[in-house]
Amino acid sequence: MTNAMELYQMLPKTNCKKCGKTSCMAFAVSLMAHELTPEDCPPLKDEPKYKENYEKISELFKPSESATETGLIVHEDLCFGCGNCVVACPPNVANDPHGIGSGKAPTNPNKLVLAVEDGIVKAQNLGECRRFGKNKILCNGCIVTCPVEAIEFV
Amino acid sequence: MEKNYHVCTGCGLLCDDIEVESENNIVNKVYTACRVGVAHMKEARRGEADFLVDNKPVDEATAISEAASILKNARNPLIFGLGTSTSETQKIAIELAKKINATLDDTSSFCLGPLAEALIQDKLKTCTLDDVRNKADVIIYWGTDPSDSHPRLLSKHSYFPRGTEKQRGWEEERTAIAIDVRKSHTAKICGNYFFQIPPKGDAEFIDAMIAGLSGKLPKTSYNYPPKKILELANILKGAKFGVMFVGRGLIYSLENLEPLFKLMEILNEKANFHLIPMVSSSNTMGFNENLFAETGYVNSVKFENGTAKHGPEYSVVESLKAKSVDAALIIGSDPLLFLPGSIAKNMLEIPVISMDHCETLTSKHSKVYINTAINGVEAGGSSIRMDRVKMSFEPVIETNHLSEEVILKKIMEAL
Ligand code: SF4
Ligand code: SF4
Ligand code: SF4
Ligand code: SF4
Repeated sequence: MTNAMELYQMLPKTNCKKCGKTSCMAFAVSLMAHELTPEDCPPLKDEPKYKENYEKISELFKPSESATETGLIVHEDLCFGCGNCVVACPPNVANDPHGIGSGKAPTNPNKLVLAVEDGIVKAQNLGECRRFGKNKILCNGCIVTCPVEAIEFV
Repeated sequence: MEKNYHVCTGCGLLCDDIEVESENNIVNKVYTACRVGVAHMKEARRGEADFLVDNKPVDEATAISEAASILKNARNPLIFGLGTSTSETQKIAIELAKKINATLDDTSSFCLGPLAEALIQDKLKTCTLDDVRNKADVIIYWGTDPSDSHPRLLSKHSYFPRGTEKQRGWEEERTAIAIDVRKSHTAKICGNYFFQIPPKGDAEFIDAMIAGLSGKLPKTSYNYPPKKILELANILKGAKFGVMFVGRGLIYSLENLEPLFKLMEILNEKANFHLIPMVSSSNTMGFNENLFAETGYVNSVKFENGTAKHGPEYSVVESLKAKSVDAALIIGSDPLLFLPGSIAKNMLEIPVISMDHCETLTSKHSKVYINTAINGVEAGGSSIRMDRVKMSFEPVIETNHLSEEVILKKIMEAL
């Protein structure tokens, strides 16, 4: 994923405020946070000279359409079902210490955030994920334990 | 609700916690298995012919009698494969080999055979995967990339699970170390504890580790930073329950196992270390154990009037190279595909019987091909896990295909 600075470079950089933000940089930050979308910048969307950048930025934010409520995306083509993330995920351990938490098949599947189905990890019960909701914390258990970067948060 | 778990025979880990949904003898959904395991479970297929002679469909009786006559007419037949066969099948194959004075071998003769032999002879301290899960604090993956070969090793047995004596988990209580020539997927998980060494650099690295463990300055001809080796030695010294998973990368790089024996000895003077071989097929360890029980050797034997001779010349590679075998029975293996071409091509000159659950390069060039049930999916039995624990399993789905075990019995009868 890109950072706000890179996004800013692709914006019109005129600070026209049509997006409701005070500057193009502020808009870039809002883009990163998924509060606004590339369409919210009228010049970028409509003016032909920004067409290429508009397409590029739109492309960058495309995966988020398939993202879940916490922004979690599983790249199914990369995941090979090793289960590292499933076993490492703290809520999984808390909710099923003697099943998943001990590396074995789930005994409490309804409370798990991550589980392996047909060899690919499935995200579910996102309410249990530490990144969910108001009190979210930036847990990265599933990201750092994946050997192939199959999990991403946007 | 009582859960009905299956054993996955997709690799030497034999995961025993797999749930399967099936309908009309087709596996629809597999839970908890890795992608390799799912592919294996769903492999059941298949509109292919059950029995072929000269690549033409025949009935069972014709195929069995053709196979029997090939073996009967051979002076020195080779029986090879069996790494994914059940122990029950392997025992019959050993009987058959005795009966027809065959050369008998499996892939371990060019993989981890020496290590399996040392373990069977109690020359190395070992433990079970369950011990690893419950107790291990220092885990070394040496010359192996389980993330690719045994995908659930880290999550089910070694680094990530909370064990009875390791409740605070990988974050606080376990250290995972990778020693390899390249940054494998497993090495990536080990982060700062990845020790990259040059190809064939293992023996020297062992020496350097031993020096480090003994408080001397570790030196290598490739100038591995001594500070890093000392750091590693310190971690190893502090291990309350260490385990070393050893793969082909290490075994291929050593001329013999002496350096490994020495390292294990020194490690066990300072700490508590166990060794587990990364056996890749579901029952290679079973083949080694079953043959050892019968003959005192783990592979590469030639039977002669009830006694077994042993030596490298009876390995699949050497016996094909020397053209000393004049027929071959290949069970659940595809040597034509994986042996070096110059050696494999000698198989084209002798009659081959191939038993497999799918057509392979070897089966396509066989005089007789018998399509068998998939062990662990369509046929039950038992296998020996890479840590030498016996695992029994029932078939997951039904099939019309005969099991390897039944076919070998029929061939025996027809002889
Ligand atoms: S509308 Fe576009 S050009 Fe105007 S300030 Fe916002 S981001 Fe910048
Ligand atoms: S972010 Fe943390 S809590 Fe959420 S799925 Fe990943 S490991 Fe689990
Ligand atoms: S997302 Fe990564 S860690 Fe999780 S099961 Fe897939 S490959 Fe393994
Ligand atoms: S790790 Fe091996 S035994 Fe376990 S599910 Fe995967 S293929 Fe099957």
